[in-house]
Amino acid sequence: MIEFIKGTLLISGASFMLLAAIGLLRLPDLLTRMHATTKAAALGVILIMLAAAMHFADVGVVARAFAIIVFILITAPIAAHVIGRAAYFVGSRLWSGTVKDELRPNYDPLTHELKSGLETHENAKRHPRTTDPD
Amino acid sequence: MTGAIWNLLLGLAWVLLSGDFSGLNLLVGMIFGYIALVLIEPQVESLKGYPARVPRIIGFVGFFIKELMQANLRVAFDVLTPPWHMQPGVIAMPLSARTEMEITMVANLISLTPGTLSLDVSDDRKVLYIHAMFLDDEEELRRNLKEMEHRALELFR
Repeated sequence: MIEFIKGTLLISGASFMLLAAIGLLRLPDLLTRMHATTKAAALGVILIMLAAAMHFADVGVVARAFAIIVFILITAPIAAHVIGRAAYFVGSRLWSGTVKDELRPNYDPLTHELKSGLETHENAKRHPRTTDPD
Repeated sequence: MTGAIWNLLLGLAWVLLSGDFSGLNLLVGMIFGYIALVLIEPQVESLKGYPARVPRIIGFVGFFIKELMQANLRVAFDVLTPPWHMQPGVIAMPLSARTEMEITMVANLISLTPGTLSLDVSDDRKVLYIHAMFLDDEEELRRNLKEMEHRALELFR
């Protein structure tokens, strides 16, 4: 029984990591790629660490496995957020299928001011440009 | 915080006194320590609110794991099938979190669930800009995000 659970955890963890790699290759722009890579890879590491903790069932290994899980959970979203934010403000182009962008009209590239403008739902509609990558 | 430290100390005392140094025994000790803290809560001022918070934290962890799996499978499906079902976009979410700490935590939780990535907070700290992958049902997405924020804030208030 425990062998079966361990095997399932390892295989699903590895397939989530494979999925992250496929997503990195297939998805069209940087922000959607961040979605696939950081989260699926983090979930993969967590599942594999759980399998390792179950396999060794030893206080030292279990404690280290849980420490790894906690640090992954703390660092992965921060890295994703920083990369995504930097890319957006540096001017990385969005995919042509992007339906709306409520940030652009509230951002002033000269002063780097970011307003909260709650009333701007109408002018947030995105107009696709010819320079967008497909 | 004092409650959590006392709970850990009681658990460690249980491990020392029973002489069985294993993780499982520590867990048993923490459960007994928790029961003891629940019983003495009305008498001790600094423990106020701790016993009620623990089940909420456990419930939140369960809720979060469920969300994580669902969203991961949805992203997985879109990555593996050839046509794109996704409709990505940047949306603005009004925040009910006020302090820096609360905003950090909410933004991190939103970034952790696949399909949503927090980009930036407005200068007046009222709105969080989120890049979402599936905007085909925007109302539903906003409701989910709000529910997650509400549950996360409940843990600290």
